Amino acid sequence: MTVFIIRRLMQAMIVVFLMSLIVFFGVNVIGNPVDMLINPEADQAEIERTIRALGLDKPIAEQYLFFLKGIAQGDFGKSFIFGEPALKLILQHLPATIELALVSLLMAVVLGIPLGLYAGLFPEQGISRTIMASSILGFSLPTFWVGLMLIMGFSVYLGWLPSTGRGETAVFLGIESSLWTWNGLSHLLLPALNLALTNIGLVIRLSRAGVREAMHQEYIKFARAKGLPTHRIIGVHLMKNIMIPIVTVLGLEFGNLLAFSVVTETIFAWPGMGKLLIDSLLQLDRPVVVAYLMIIVLLFVAINLLVDIVYSILDPRVRLRDQGA
Amino acid sequence: MNRTVKTRALATVAVVALSTPLLAEDLTIGLASEPTSMDPHFHNLTPNNAMSRHIYDTLIRQDETQGLNPGLAVEWKPVDELTWEFKLREGVTYHDGSAFDADDVLCSFVRAPDVPNSPSSFASMTKGKTLKKIDDFTIHITTEAPYPLMANDVSNVPIVSSESGCDATTAAYNSGEASVGTGPFTFVSYKPGDSIVLASNPNYWGDVSPWSTVTFKPIKSGPARVAALLAGDVDVINSVPTTDIATLEGREDVGLSQGTSNRVIYLHLDHGRADSPFVKANGGGDIDNPLRKLEVRTAISKAIHRDAIVERVMEGVAIKAGQLLPNGFFGVSDQLQPVEYDPNGAKELLAAAGVPDGFELTIHGPNDRYINDAKIAEAIGQMLTRVGIKTSVETMPRSVYFQRASRGGPEGGPEFSFILVGWGSGTGEASSPLRSLIGTHDPDKGWGASNRGRYSNPEVDALIAEALQTVDSAAREKLLAQATELAIADAAIIPLHYQVNTWGVRKGFAYAPRTDEYTLATGVTKE
Repeated sequence: MTVFIIRRLMQAMIVVFLMSLIVFFGVNVIGNPVDMLINPEADQAEIERTIRALGLDKPIAEQYLFFLKGIAQGDFGKSFIFGEPALKLILQHLPATIELALVSLLMAVVLGIPLGLYAGLFPEQGISRTIMASSILGFSLPTFWVGLMLIMGFSVYLGWLPSTGRGETAVFLGIESSLWTWNGLSHLLLPALNLALTNIGLVIRLSRAGVREAMHQEYIKFARAKGLPTHRIIGVHLMKNIMIPIVTVLGLEFGNLLAFSVVTETIFAWPGMGKLLIDSLLQLDRPVVVAYLMIIVLLFVAINLLVDIVYSILDPRVRLRDQGA
Repeated sequence: MNRTVKTRALATVAVVALSTPLLAEDLTIGLASEPTSMDPHFHNLTPNNAMSRHIYDTLIRQDETQGLNPGLAVEWKPVDELTWEFKLREGVTYHDGSAFDADDVLCSFVRAPDVPNSPSSFASMTKGKTLKKIDDFTIHITTEAPYPLMANDVSNVPIVSSESGCDATTAAYNSGEASVGTGPFTFVSYKPGDSIVLASNPNYWGDVSPWSTVTFKPIKSGPARVAALLAGDVDVINSVPTTDIATLEGREDVGLSQGTSNRVIYLHLDHGRADSPFVKANGGGDIDNPLRKLEVRTAISKAIHRDAIVERVMEGVAIKAGQLLPNGFFGVSDQLQPVEYDPNGAKELLAAAGVPDGFELTIHGPNDRYINDAKIAEAIGQMLTRVGIKTSVETMPRSVYFQRASRGGPEGGPEFSFILVGWGSGTGEASSPLRSLIGTHDPDKGWGASNRGRYSNPEVDALIAEALQTVDSAAREKLLAQATELAIADAAIIPLHYQVNTWGVRKGFAYAPRTDEYTLATGVTKE
C-alpha cells in the first residue's frame, strides 16, 4: 500500500508540472492584464511602467522559468490585482468553499440515498415515480436559474432566508466556520441546496439502479432464505454493495464542488474559491489562475487516492495497485 | 489592557453615545465591483477610490457633479505662474487622535505614486509637482509649466497620516492596522470577497454620518444584486441592470436614483492607416481607407439613429450625445447638438465621397464592459448596413478586447478599424477626453494614450496645449470648448450617448446620484 501511495504521489507531481505548463502558457495568450488593471486616464509612460513592474515585458519563457523558481521556494507568485501572494488568497477563500461543499455533499447523501432506496425497493409506487421524475429535474435544470428561483422564493417572497453572502463565523474546535452560528447556517442553506440538487438527483438514480440490480442477486435471495430481518438485508447486505459506485461518484463530485462551484458562488456572492477563480479569469489575474488550477490538480489526485482506499475497505476484493502495473 | 487606556476607551464610548444622534442606524450596500485593497494609494480605479473616500479625505473634494469643494484644504489659489498655494484646515484629527498638518500632505504625495506592486498608480496625479511646506498649515505646489488642472489632480489624492500611514505596507492597510484617516468613517473590518465594515467617525470635522455602521457587500451578479435589494438584505445597490429598471419602477418597496454619468459611449475610426485591415471594398477586395474622408465619417454619424439606441437598446436609460461630456461639465461646448438621424443625407455623402455603393466594415466592441455594449454594436451594424456600409459585428470579453484595440496591431498599434468604446472623465472636465482620445498619439508627451483611431489634427492639438497652460478658468473653458467643436466637426470620434447610472434603494432610503459612478455611504439619506 505504501508503494502504491508513493507511486501515486509521483504521478501527481508530473501531472501538476504538465498542468502548470499548459495553464501558464494558456493564460498568457489571452489579452494583457495591464489593460484590465490600469486606470484609463494613465498615459503611455505609466502603462509601460506598470507592464515592467508586473514583469510582463519579459519573454514568456523567462516568465515561466521565474515562476518555476518561485514554486521551488513555495511561492506561487503575487496576484496582479491584490498584490498579495496567490496562495494566501486561495487559502483565504478555501474555508468558505469547503463548508459549502461539505454541507451540499451531506445533503446529497442524506436526501439522495433514502429516496433512491425507496424508489428501488418499491419501483411501482406513485411516490417512487415522482421521486424519479424529480431527480431528472435535479440534474437537468441549470444551476444558475435554480439559484435565482431559490432566492426569489425563499428570500424575496417568503423572506425566510438571506439571499446573499456568508453569515457570521465562530470558532469551535479551533476551526473558524459559519457552520457554528445560526446566522451562518441560514446563509449557507440556499447555496448548499442549489449546489446539492444535481448530486441529489445523481445519488437517487445510482442508488435505485444499484438496488434494482442487487435485489435479484443470489446473496440477497440467500439472506432472505436464511430468514434475516428485512432491515438487516437492506442495511448491511444491500447497502454495502450499492455503495461502491456512489462513493466513486461522490468523491469526484466533492472535488468538483470544491473547485468549480463557480455559478452558485457567483449568484449567492459566496466568498469562496470558485468566485475567486472566475473573478481572476475575467480580470486576467494570471498568477491566481495558475496557482488555483495547480492546487485543484493536487486536490483531485488526493481525492482519487482516498476513494481508492475507501473502496478497499468497502470491498475487500479490491487490492490497492495500479492497473497494469 | 492597562487601566488608563481602559478608562479612556470607556470615556470615548460615552462621548460616542452622547454625540451620536439617537437615530443612528446601520446601512448595508451591495456593490457590483469590489475594491481590491483598503490601501488608498494601491489601485487608482473607481471601486478603490470610492471606498477610500470614506476613510480618507483629499485636500479638495469632488461633489456629486465633480465640482471642486474644500476638503482638507480650506482655500487654494495660484500665487504665481508656476506655484499654487494651499491653506490647510486646522484642528483636524486622525481616527487615532493624532493631528493633521502639512507633513501628512507631503508624505502622502510621496507615497501615492510609489506603492509596491500597484497595478495602477497615482503617478499621473502627482507627477511634475514639487511640494513645499511653508508652515504647518500652508503648502506650495510648484510645476515646471503653468498647470491649471492642479486642483483636479489634487482632488484625487487621498491623504494618509505621516505617523502611521506613509511608511505602512498595503498588507498593514488591509489588516486595518494602518487604515487610519481623517475621513467620515473609521475602519472596522475587511474580508475580501465577503464584506467591508466601517463605523461613523464621531469626531469628523464635517457632517458626522448618521449611519453608525456601514457594511459593503460585493455582489457581482446583477440579478442577484437586485434580488438582495428586494429581499431587504441590502439597503442600496449600484449598477442596476437596465433590464430590471422597468420592473423595479413598478414596485412600491424600492426606489431608483438616476443621474447622468461622466461616461460617453462613442465610436473611434481608423484615421491613421491608408490600408485598414477591417475595411474592405464590396466583395472583399482592398480599398483605400474611406474612413479617412470626412464625408464618410459624417455619413456614419448621420446613419446612426441615436434615439432608437437610447429608447430600444438602453431602455430609455441614456442620453444621446453630441460631444465628449454631458452639458454642465467644465469645457463643454454649448454649440454642439447630437447629430440627427438622416439616412438619405448619409447616402448622399457616401456618393459624394466616391463610395456610392458603400463598402464592407467590421465593428469591434467589448461585451462585458459598458451597459448593453454588445447590443449597441449590433444596432450600429444594422443601421450602417441600411445605408450601404455592409457592417459585420464582432464583440468579445474586455480582457481580450482592450489589449487588441490598444496594442494588438503590428508594431504595437491599434488592431481594429472601427470600434465601440467609452470614456469617463476622471478629472470631471473636457481636457481629459481631449488629451487622451483626440490629442495626437505621443508617448513622450503622454498624449493620445487611448487615441485608438490615431486621429491627429495640429489645430486641435494646439488648442488643447494652450488650454492645458491657461490658468484663467474662463479662457481655458473657452479653449476646451473650441477644441471640442473642431474635433467633433471633423468627426474625430462619433459620440453616441452618455450613460445614466442607476442606484436602487429600499423604501425610505435615498441616494444622491454621482457623475463619477462612486457609491458613497455619505450620499445615502433616510427619508
